[in-house]
Amino acid sequence: MLIKKPADIRPSEITSEQNYLDRRTFIRAGALFGGSILAPSAMSAVVPDKRGAKLADIGKSPFSTDEAPNSFEDITTYNNYYEFGTGKSDPYENAQEFDPLPWTIAVEGHAEKTGTFDFADFIKPFDLEERIYRMRCVEAWSMVIPWVGVSLAEVVKHFKPTSKAKYVAFETLNDRTRMPGIRRGSLDWPYREGLTIAEATNPLPILAVGLYGQVLPNQNGAPIRLVVPWKYGFKGIKGIVRMRFTEERPETSWNMAQAREYGFYANVNPNVDHPRWSQARERRIGAGLFASKQPTLMYNGYGDEVAHLYKGLDLRRNF
Amino acid sequence: MDTLTQVRRIWKPIVFLLCLVPALLIVTDAFELTGRLGANPVEEIQDRFGIWALRFIMITLAVTPLRRVTGWNWLARFRRMFGLFTFFYVLMHFLAWLILDQGVLLSAILEDIVERPFITIGFVALLLLTALAATSTNAMRRRLGRRWQTLHNATYVIAVLGVWHYWWQVKQDITEPLIYASVLAVLLGARVWWQWQRRRKQAIAYGS
Repeated sequence: MLIKKPADIRPSEITSEQNYLDRRTFIRAGALFGGSILAPSAMSAVVPDKRGAKLADIGKSPFSTDEAPNSFEDITTYNNYYEFGTGKSDPYENAQEFDPLPWTIAVEGHAEKTGTFDFADFIKPFDLEERIYRMRCVEAWSMVIPWVGVSLAEVVKHFKPTSKAKYVAFETLNDRTRMPGIRRGSLDWPYREGLTIAEATNPLPILAVGLYGQVLPNQNGAPIRLVVPWKYGFKGIKGIVRMRFTEERPETSWNMAQAREYGFYANVNPNVDHPRWSQARERRIGAGLFASKQPTLMYNGYGDEVAHLYKGLDLRRNF
Repeated sequence: MDTLTQVRRIWKPIVFLLCLVPALLIVTDAFELTGRLGANPVEEIQDRFGIWALRFIMITLAVTPLRRVTGWNWLARFRRMFGLFTFFYVLMHFLAWLILDQGVLLSAILEDIVERPFITIGFVALLLLTALAATSTNAMRRRLGRRWQTLHNATYVIAVLGVWHYWWQVKQDITEPLIYASVLAVLLGARVWWQWQRRRKQAIAYGS
């Protein structure tokens, strides 16, 4: 049986005659507007969908250290990214096949703006900046890394957290078909991390999308990862798919695995040892076979910027 | 040539050279002739010597069970050599830690040995192993008589300490230490089993 539906909405009701007559002007205006989006501007971070592609319009930062950065090779072959295996070279070896895009980031919880955003749209409103930071791993080694990223404080403000938001929680992609390390179950997936709102709105932390002026390599947490230079490296969660504003302190992966050894704060602190090894000194990667370890600095040398965040806090208990 | 002469003249030198290969590879990798030591060569050198020390103590402990199962008694001729190579690799592992990692900084070394349990047990294992290496000669064996065997039973303790030392320094993924622990459990378990069988047979023979 043929059911004929009456044409109850006439085309003229959708597009008025005046608009119809002005259609060429409308299209021209649209093209101009589109052009203005695509053209490079100060407030528009763009990350090309191509491995190793150069990033454009990168600003400099006064927070960058003038220490010599580690080689691209050291930074991209010696990683902890358990989703791709627990060995130091595993992420380099196992993340080559991984294709991060398309990628979405869900913003949830106590904020005015929430929703699921495509990676490109997520970072578009912000400025790309180079930040050359020291990175101190909890395993007592360190590097100097020229990240490219956007200020986490700007990102947090953009989503307008409400007064209930006391923490920002992050989650890594949990895809066992694309991340071979997940099948081995060394941690409770997905990988979780979090910061207090005060920490997240400090000017130092960034969401990195690049390294050495290029698109962030997979093994370093592509397409987007957290960098918090005064905390141990494991706080710098990689492959972020979720960002949640919470009232309660979020669960964090290494704390869940070994609460006695890894705290929520995980601030670099030479005076509080890991139960199984000393944190007083660190080995700078790339310094050579016969270089001695160097003393670890309180807050990894970023005390001027962050020490006030922990005033009155017992750092021995809140490690 | 009979089997024992063949073992002494041909196979022992060949096996000796083979046992040196892992150490030589560390040196040639350091000069990037055969491979690389990676971004953290100090850690890599320590890890490789340590892992080979564990492998050699497993090989040493495998000699007797393998001999029993296969009936190849000539295997016993390699046992001391494997034991001494265990000592060699443990010593190199220790020296790499002492010189390259700690930079011979005495205060840090003492603190680590006293305050870090996994380093303490590693150090105890090294001391025991040194005693065994020092008493490994035929002359010492004759001099110590029956006490020699009692002393050299410390091999079992050293193996347990070695695996424990490895297990304890791993951050989270215990897969590899678990493999070594399992191999050690089989090697020690076989001995316990045979011991138990022998006691049972003796009991039956004496009719008690």
